[in-house]
Amino acid sequence: MTTDEIKEAKRVAAGIRKRVLTHTLKHNGGYLSQACSSADALAALYTKIMKLGPVETPFVPKPFPGVPGPDNHDYFTGGYYNGAHMPEYDRFILSPAHYALALYACLIETGRMDETGLDYFNKDGSSVEMIGSEHSPGMEVTNGSLGQAISQAAGIALARRLKKEAGRVFVFLSDGELQIGQTWEAFQFISHWKLDNIIIYVDVNGCQCDGKMSDVMNIEPISSRLEAFGAKVFRIDGHNFEELASPASSHKAGSPIVVLSYTNPYQGIELLKNNAPKFHYMRFKSEDEKKLYGEVLASWKP
Amino acid sequence: METLSRVHAKNLVKWAGNKPEVLVLSADLTSSTEIDLFREAYPSRFISAGIAEQNMLSVAAGLAREGFVPFIHTFAVFIYRRAFDQMAMSIAYSNLPVKMFGFLPGITTPGGATHQATDDIAVVRALPNMTIFEAGDATEVESLLDPVMETNGPVYIRMLRGDVPRLFDKNEPLKKGINRVLSRGTDFTVISSGLCTEEAIKAVKALKAKGLSITHFHVSTLKPFNSKDILDSIASSKYGAITMENHTVLGGLGSIVADAMAGAGIGKKLYKLGLQDKFGHGASKGYLMREYGFDAMALVLKAEEIAGAKFGITENELKSVKIEVMHGDIKAEDL
Repeated sequence: MTTDEIKEAKRVAAGIRKRVLTHTLKHNGGYLSQACSSADALAALYTKIMKLGPVETPFVPKPFPGVPGPDNHDYFTGGYYNGAHMPEYDRFILSPAHYALALYACLIETGRMDETGLDYFNKDGSSVEMIGSEHSPGMEVTNGSLGQAISQAAGIALARRLKKEAGRVFVFLSDGELQIGQTWEAFQFISHWKLDNIIIYVDVNGCQCDGKMSDVMNIEPISSRLEAFGAKVFRIDGHNFEELASPASSHKAGSPIVVLSYTNPYQGIELLKNNAPKFHYMRFKSEDEKKLYGEVLASWKP
Repeated sequence: METLSRVHAKNLVKWAGNKPEVLVLSADLTSSTEIDLFREAYPSRFISAGIAEQNMLSVAAGLAREGFVPFIHTFAVFIYRRAFDQMAMSIAYSNLPVKMFGFLPGITTPGGATHQATDDIAVVRALPNMTIFEAGDATEVESLLDPVMETNGPVYIRMLRGDVPRLFDKNEPLKKGINRVLSRGTDFTVISSGLCTEEAIKAVKALKAKGLSITHFHVSTLKPFNSKDILDSIASSKYGAITMENHTVLGGLGSIVADAMAGAGIGKKLYKLGLQDKFGHGASKGYLMREYGFDAMALVLKAEEIAGAKFGITENELKSVKIEVMHGDIKAEDL
């Protein structure tokens, strides 16, 4: 990455953390840690790694169009925030829908969603859902039931190969999903069908709802497990932009690329460390604690 | 009565020839679900997914989003029991055109409870956007692909394989939402589906010979259920209705008819033949239909009970009932 590219990715990542912190303070809670761990990967993906269709004017979120059905002709997915579906463009599939807030902030920072987009967050009748759905900004498959999005992405990747499309399919996965059987069924399928047009970034923050993953249900050694399933695996520092970007330009014929992005669940907001080992959802335990976070925001330096 | 062999296997190859968007997905049951000929004919459109149905259903959703029409083939239990969350969230929620062919409905297999789809209609029917068909004979196996394809959204099919009888005229294809009327009468209304229809035809014929007057419907579209003609018939039936299904009586055809009757305020008795809140076990189809009470003799006994009469119909009489190819709506002179 050039110096300018790193500068831009840094700006976006800092913007994601700041927006999510602002939002968490305003609404007295939020998925804050997910933004801390994933902001750099999302920033690198959106500014450097993925080749997405352009968005001329940032989109203002449309109201919820009603659930899909044979008679709902107004239904849309949130895929258009990632640009038009064209054969040459990449696709982005967010698997852990709990990262929605971080993704929405990323879309704002990269000029794909209007700055007012977060005002619609978790509002009745809005498409900007708390745990995003396929009509939410930046999403295009049902992703809230963990483990299902990677299989759907595999279907999309296989379809794109059958249609001879050059664009790749990027999947953003959370490490907790490696506890799910379907995830391994998906890796098995991707390897068997030699889907080398799929690139999977895993946010390995080592945390889940109940606490440390190594206590709840160990998944390490991830790298050798995935290699045994036929993936080309890169183990990187998820807060280093050069390391985040370089695996995506490599290619191994017949193998999917998996980037294990080892991250810190309180990166950029040191105060959040006090919540260890439980980072899944941020709730302020007292007014004093909230005040401390307010001070972090007040003295925010990108 | 003519019996045909591997109807779907041959028909699918012929039908799919000019439909490049149709992909067939298999979960290691390629011959068992009669897609081996398809694999030979169109290898590039055949996707082996292994014994991993949860992934297979979500992969199908991804393929459907890109313009393909995936035809899932495996035993029904591995679709709706093993992968229900995937069926609901990856496919049904998004109203994607994934067509799921579930084999071994009810007790059509001696494979026991693990392989017998005895509660599939109950759970699949609860999902919004789903359409459900059930094949009753060779004509329906041959002709259901068009309505399946024309349905805008996901479809679940209770499919038949192997030796399948031809009950219905091959020029009278399965039509979505159209119930077949196989007999007209005023004493009671019989509503059957799937392989129960052959049994019901035998029993109805024997009962009519003893002077009973019966309306008999065959239902192949379980959802959306077209209730109008059936409700009209039940309302004017002296003794009410008997449903007969290869499924638990909780949530299947009997419940579908009950819902419709209650909604329309029809105060007639409804008798539901089928599995009475029981699991199946490994034994032959005939044995199990007898044991659980949804074969031709079960219908005869139910009719006797309702009419308060003994007709003395024997096992051999039922066996020797000759079945001619039926016409969907019987001619006026037969009424």
